[in-house]
Amino acid sequence: MSDITWGLWELLLKGVWITVQLTVYSAALAAVAAFGIGLARTHRRWIVRFLSGAYFEIFRGTSALILMFWMFFVLPMGFGWQLAPMWAAVLTLGLTYGAYGSEVVRGAIAAVPPGQREAGVALSFSPAQTLRKIVLPQAWPGMVPPFNNLLIELLKGTALVSILGVGDIAFGASLVRNATAQSAPVYTIILVMYFVLAFALTRGMRAVERHAKAGIGQAPAGRSRLRPATGPTVTGATAPAEGEAR
Amino acid sequence: MKFDWSAVGAFLPTFWNGVLVTLQALALGSLIAFGLGLVWALAQRSSLKVVRWPVTALTEFVRNTPLLVQLFFLFYVMPEWGVTLSALATGVIGLGLHYSTYTAEVYRSGIDGVPAGQWEAAIALSLPRRRTWTAVILPQAIRRVAPALGNYVIAMLKDSPMLFAIGVLEMLGEARQFSSQTFQTVEPYTVVGVAFIAIAYPASLLLRALERRLVR
Amino acid sequence: MSADRSTPNTPPADGTDAAASASASGQTELIRFDKVTKRFGSHTVLDALDMKVYPGKHVTLIGPSGSGKTTILRLMMTLLKPDEGTIKLGDRYLTHEDKGGKLVPASDRYSREIRKNIGMVFQQFNLFPNMKVLRNITEAPVHVLGMDKDAAEQRARELLDLVGLTAHLDKYPSQLSGGQQQRVAIARALAMRPQVLLLDEVTSALDPELVAGVLDLLRDIAHSTDITMLCVTHEMNFARDISDCVMMFDAGRVIEFGPPEQIFTAPEHERTREFLSAVR
Repeated sequence: MSDITWGLWELLLKGVWITVQLTVYSAALAAVAAFGIGLARTHRRWIVRFLSGAYFEIFRGTSALILMFWMFFVLPMGFGWQLAPMWAAVLTLGLTYGAYGSEVVRGAIAAVPPGQREAGVALSFSPAQTLRKIVLPQAWPGMVPPFNNLLIELLKGTALVSILGVGDIAFGASLVRNATAQSAPVYTIILVMYFVLAFALTRGMRAVERHAKAGIGQAPAGRSRLRPATGPTVTGATAPAEGEAR
Repeated sequence: MKFDWSAVGAFLPTFWNGVLVTLQALALGSLIAFGLGLVWALAQRSSLKVVRWPVTALTEFVRNTPLLVQLFFLFYVMPEWGVTLSALATGVIGLGLHYSTYTAEVYRSGIDGVPAGQWEAAIALSLPRRRTWTAVILPQAIRRVAPALGNYVIAMLKDSPMLFAIGVLEMLGEARQFSSQTFQTVEPYTVVGVAFIAIAYPASLLLRALERRLVR
Repeated sequence: MSADRSTPNTPPADGTDAAASASASGQTELIRFDKVTKRFGSHTVLDALDMKVYPGKHVTLIGPSGSGKTTILRLMMTLLKPDEGTIKLGDRYLTHEDKGGKLVPASDRYSREIRKNIGMVFQQFNLFPNMKVLRNITEAPVHVLGMDKDAAEQRARELLDLVGLTAHLDKYPSQLSGGQQQRVAIARALAMRPQVLLLDEVTSALDPELVAGVLDLLRDIAHSTDITMLCVTHEMNFARDISDCVMMFDAGRVIEFGPPEQIFTAPEHERTREFLSAVR
C-alpha cells in the first residue's frame, strides 16, 4: 500500500466524489420515474396502465450496461443527440432503477387495505386527496426497505460508468493500478470504499424508515442484517423475504 | 435515423458466438451461485460462531460491492497469487460468487419459511439430522424459493455483459469488436439490446407462471 | 314517532320484488330504492329491491350473511354501483344524474358532491393510521367541507367528549383498543354532519367485552339526534332498542319488515323465525 502516493489517493477520492454525484442524480431521477410510473400503473385508464407497464417490462428486461452503451453510442449516431458520458449514465441508471422502483411503489400502494380508500370515499375525499392524505403516507414506510435495496444496487451500478471513461471510483482504481502495477491493494481499497458507501446509505435509509414508521404510530422492526437480500430483479416473482417485509 | 440491415446481417455470425458465450457463462455461473449459496445458507445456521460470523461478513461484503470491481479484482489479483485462469473462467467465478450471496438469502428465507411443525415431526420420528435436512426441510424450502432463484438467473443474464470488461467476448464484447472494426455502432448495439429483452421477458413470464404454481 | 306500516305487506305487482318501507304518513321519504338489482358475477345479491326510509328513522337490516344487507349500505355510500334500478336521496338521485330529463349514470364529481350527506362507520373501523385521533376527525371537515380549522377542532373535541375519548386525541389509532377506535370512527363520521349514517356491523370486529360500550354510545346518538340511520347488525337486543323498523333479508329480498316488537316477538315468516332462533 506504500506504493500509493498522495496523488494517487487524491485520484481515488475524486472518484468517490463522482460516484456519490452519480448516485445522487440517478437516485433523484429514479425516484421521479418510480412514483410517476408506479402511480400510472394503478391508473383507471387501461392505456395509461398499458404504456407504463410496457416501460416497466422493457427497462426491467434490459441490461443496464447495454442500455448505457446504447445511450452513449447509438443515440448520437442515430439521432444526433450527444450526451456527456456522465448524463448518459445518469439517464440509464435513473430510468432502469426507476422501473424497478415503480414496482415497489405499485406494490406498496396495492398493499394499503381497501378499507382505507373506502373510508376516503365515505368522507367524500377526492381521488387526489385520498392518494395524498391516506394512501401514500401509509404506503411509504413499506417502500423504504426495498428502496434501500435498490439504492445499493444503484450504487453498485454506477461502477459501470468507468467502462465509458467517467472518472468514478472504479475508473480511478484502473489508473492507480496502471501507475503502481499492483492490483490487490487498489482493488481491496476501493471495494472497501464501496462497502462503506453502501453501509452509510443503509444507515441513512434506516433512519428514514424509523421516521416513516413513527409517522403512522408503529415501532420500527429490528433487523440484524445490513439489509435483507433482494436483488436487482426481485420484482416479478417476489422472494419470500420481501413478501414478509410488506 | 438510418438503420443498415446489411450490417445486421454481417454482425449475426459473430453475434451467435456471443450468445453462446453468454449462455455458457450464465449456465456455469448459475450452478456456482446455486451450490455456493446453499453452502453459505447452511453455514450461517451453524451453531459455531467461527463458521457463522466470517461467512456472514463475507457474503454481506460481496453483496454490497459492485460485481464489476469484483471481476477486476479476480482478473488482476488472482494471477498475482499464482492462479491464472481464462477470462471466461474468471467471469464465471465472479458471477457465481456474487450471486451466491443473493441465493444464500433466498435459501435462508426458504428454510425459515418451513413450518416449525416439520422440524418437530422429524424429531418425533427420530430422523437423523442429515436425513431431516435432505428429505424434509430442503425439498420444501427449495420448492418455495424456486421462482426467486430463477429471478436471479435473469439478473445474472443482465449482468453478464460486464464480463466484456475483462475481455470475454460475450454478446456485448462481440458488438464492441464488430463496431470498432466496421464503424457501424447503431446496428450491433441495437441487436444486442433487443436480444436481451427477447430472452429476459419470456423468461420472466415463465417464472411468474412458475411462481403461481409453486408458491401457495 | 314510531314507524308504522303504511304500505301493507302486499306482494308487488309482478310478484318478484320485495317492497318495504319505514314510513310515517304525510312525509316524503329520504332514501328510496327503486328496483335495485346488484349482481356479482352470476350471483344476484339484490333482486329488484324497493325500499323507502323516512327522515329521522332508524332502520335495522337483519338476515343471514350473504343476504345482501351490507351491499345495500355499500350502494348507499356509492362504494358499489347498482346494475339496475335507481337510488334517491331526498329529491336527488344518488346513482344517476338528471340531464335534461334523461337519467345518465352519475359522474364521479356528482357522486362526491351528493355523498357528503352520507356518513359510514365500518366493521374494521378504517381509521387512518397515519393521522392522530384529532386529525382523523378534522381532516375531512377541513379539506372536503372547507370548514375553518379551529372550528373543526372545536367540533372534534366536542365529539370526542361525546364518545368519551378526550384524553386520547393526541394518540395514533394503533395505540387505541378496538372499541376506542370504533368510537373515534363514529365521531369521525358525525363530524361531517351527515343526514344519513350507515353502520356496517360496527361491533363484529370487537372483542366481546368492548361491544357494550360502542352500542351504548350508538343508543345515545340514536335517541338524542334526528339523524337517519341504516344499520346492519347481529346484535338483536341493540336492534330492538334503537330501531323504528326492522327489515329481514333473505336471498337478496326483504321477506318481512315491521316495528321491532312485531318482528322479534311475532314474526310472520318461517325464515325469520329460523333466523332469530339461530342467532339467539
